[in-house]
Amino acid sequence: MNEWLDPLLLSRWQFGLTTIYHFLFVPLTIGLVTTVAIFQTAWYRTNKAKYLQLTHFFGKIFLINFAMGVVTGIVQEFQFGMNWSDYSRFVGDVFGAPLAFEGITAFFLEATFIGLWIFGWDKLPKGLHLATIWLTTVGSIASAYFIIAANAFMQNPVAYQINEVKGRAELTSIGELLTNPIALAAFPHTIFACFMVSAGLIISVAAWHLSRNQHLETMRPALKFGLWMMVIAGALTTLMGDQLSLAMVQAQPMKMAAAEAMYHTATGANASFSVFTLGTPDGVSELFSIRIPYLLSFLSTHTFDGTVEGINNLQEQYVQLYGPGDYAPIIWVTYWSFRWMIGLGLAHIMVAVAGLWFTRKGKSPRTWMWKIAIWSFPMSLLAMSVGWVFTEMGRQPWLVFGLLKTADGVSPNVSGLEILISLIAFTLLYGALAVVEFRLILKAVQKGPDDAPVPDPVSGEIKQTTTVY
Amino acid sequence: MELNILWFWIIAAMFIGYFVLDGFDFGVGMSLPFLGKDDTDRRVLINTIGPVWDLNETWVIVAGASLFAAFPEWYATMFSGFYLALLLILLALIARGVSFEYRHQRPELKWKKSFDAMIVVGSAVPALLWGVAFGNVVRGVPLDADFNYIGSFFDLLNPYALLAGLTTMLLFFTHGVIFVSTKTEGDIRVRARSLAIKSGLVTIVVAASFLVWTTLAYGTLASGILAAVAAVTLIAGYLANLRGNERTAFGLMAVTIGFAVLTLFASLFPDVMPASNDVANSLTIENASSTPYTLQVMSWTALIAAPVIIGYQGWTYWVFRKRISRSHIEAAAH
Repeated sequence: MNEWLDPLLLSRWQFGLTTIYHFLFVPLTIGLVTTVAIFQTAWYRTNKAKYLQLTHFFGKIFLINFAMGVVTGIVQEFQFGMNWSDYSRFVGDVFGAPLAFEGITAFFLEATFIGLWIFGWDKLPKGLHLATIWLTTVGSIASAYFIIAANAFMQNPVAYQINEVKGRAELTSIGELLTNPIALAAFPHTIFACFMVSAGLIISVAAWHLSRNQHLETMRPALKFGLWMMVIAGALTTLMGDQLSLAMVQAQPMKMAAAEAMYHTATGANASFSVFTLGTPDGVSELFSIRIPYLLSFLSTHTFDGTVEGINNLQEQYVQLYGPGDYAPIIWVTYWSFRWMIGLGLAHIMVAVAGLWFTRKGKSPRTWMWKIAIWSFPMSLLAMSVGWVFTEMGRQPWLVFGLLKTADGVSPNVSGLEILISLIAFTLLYGALAVVEFRLILKAVQKGPDDAPVPDPVSGEIKQTTTVY
Repeated sequence: MELNILWFWIIAAMFIGYFVLDGFDFGVGMSLPFLGKDDTDRRVLINTIGPVWDLNETWVIVAGASLFAAFPEWYATMFSGFYLALLLILLALIARGVSFEYRHQRPELKWKKSFDAMIVVGSAVPALLWGVAFGNVVRGVPLDADFNYIGSFFDLLNPYALLAGLTTMLLFFTHGVIFVSTKTEGDIRVRARSLAIKSGLVTIVVAASFLVWTTLAYGTLASGILAAVAAVTLIAGYLANLRGNERTAFGLMAVTIGFAVLTLFASLFPDVMPASNDVANSLTIENASSTPYTLQVMSWTALIAAPVIIGYQGWTYWVFRKRISRSHIEAAAH
């Protein structure tokens, strides 16, 4: 067979491409809907025009982004059956349930109330209208929970038994499935990271306007809000990331070893964390590295004399357990994605702390500081993306850890040519939409918030008109 | 009743929900070249479904996920077997969805028109292909012993399935145009009603032939009765529209779509995906379903969630019950 038409390779590329793309929009949706709800609540309680302006301004950016998250999400759900039918047959009894819950409880809620929010400004009482954006928030966050619970089953299968006759995994406890330790740590880690992405957007936008000395009335409070949100969400993301790595070491020790490119089991001071390695991170030769002793031991076990297993030792164990094969993921991918995720995450917290310091008591930072702040949004999105690349690539060669290899999950009857066609179609359409989306968001950002609305002279109320397509 | 029988009908109900609701969205989308004389008209049309298209589309996500959870083998066979058809549906749904949100972002007419074209194509393609897909499910497709589809994309384009696709497309078109007449006022309402009178005749002829073919080739007594009900409500809907009872006509169109889907599911039962080459390879509600435990968990969830979902979705339609006219669009123009 022509190696370019290998269905497995093409399906993996397509899943990777469409998932990474989908997850550029979702974090912003989850983070921004929460932010918009907070701004609208502030307006509801204080009746200050600036909060209404911020609600509309970030609401507009949210909506441009929201549509992309919705339509690219349908692809995700269809792809399990289209490209990974043997996987679907194997896990459907377990994996399907959280997906169905997601649809029934979360997506309906989100999709219904977002329509009410967009079109309901002049049709619903103020308080009820505020409730619609909060219900949209609940829906989008709940959907994240179910999808992460489903993903956690792939990282750390729980609550199942294998039916040999049918050749599939069968659910034994829905409670256990939804309280998978990986899900319990990955969910808050991901949600707080989503808040970091939306904080990043607010910081970028506010910094851009403030560096031009415009829209001060709205952008000053927005910047402050964004900086605080980044610091708090950043701290919580770090904390939950720590919990996640503890759970991960238990469930997938190979992933932690691969994150460190650590070939040999190490204990205590030797279980060091390499901040930077020059040379070949495949472990063949090391030219130069900066290492922090004990840190890896601490990250993996929360003790300074813990033992962290190496790739070679795990490989031997897995060959005995699962038969011959290569059980390590691609080391340079896991090594560097892990570092970029942590590095960018910590950099964001530092930038935000510095931002709070340099803007204290109405002080104005220097030009170069604004220039750094403007990078908050793209960099926080990158951190989010490489985090998921690490999680998913670090799971390889498994599709469901210990149960089903990626190579065994692909649809046996879909040809390489068909997948090549779909891969090209998605790439072209997604590429074109990315350009349109980017330009629209940029335009909305540069335009800035609309002028403060004029209250009714008699009642003092601010009248709202509905957005119309 | 066995839970897999229950879930067979719940899946049917979810696809009825999807086709009745997103069906009129597709119809409104396809009607743009017929009813949208200028940009204001087209905005009126799009705004009739503006607040609800997203929740309507969500029905297919829920139906798909429920299919995955309740009948994993059915989901896997159908989605991998109809690979290219589903790809086209996905591309169309993406194009349609973003166009609703993007068309009003810039004032240039050229910008709007290109997104309007994407809405038309993005509505017509799924309206046609969902029919083709379900036509093939009812007709049966060649499956191997592992339940994998072994035909080609072009095998799916057989006369029966194409007639099924034409039926769904015309049903959705007329359904959507009648929806427009219930949701607008003025000239566009009058034109929508008379367009539905014309398209309704074609729809009756095509849908009736499809229902007769289904009943004769694949039907049972039960599916025949359901098909007859669908035909009667379709004609009754047509007459109601002729007399100017737009809302009654719309309700009857929704009932027609519901009974048409029931006809297909009743023809299938107890198969879910019959194999045309060897009966032994057919997927049935027995060999395609999840375990009783999983179905039980899902049943409780659906039982608790259904009244809540129907409640808030119904309320949404009530909030947006008012008719839309050109003056609304002009007043909100910015």
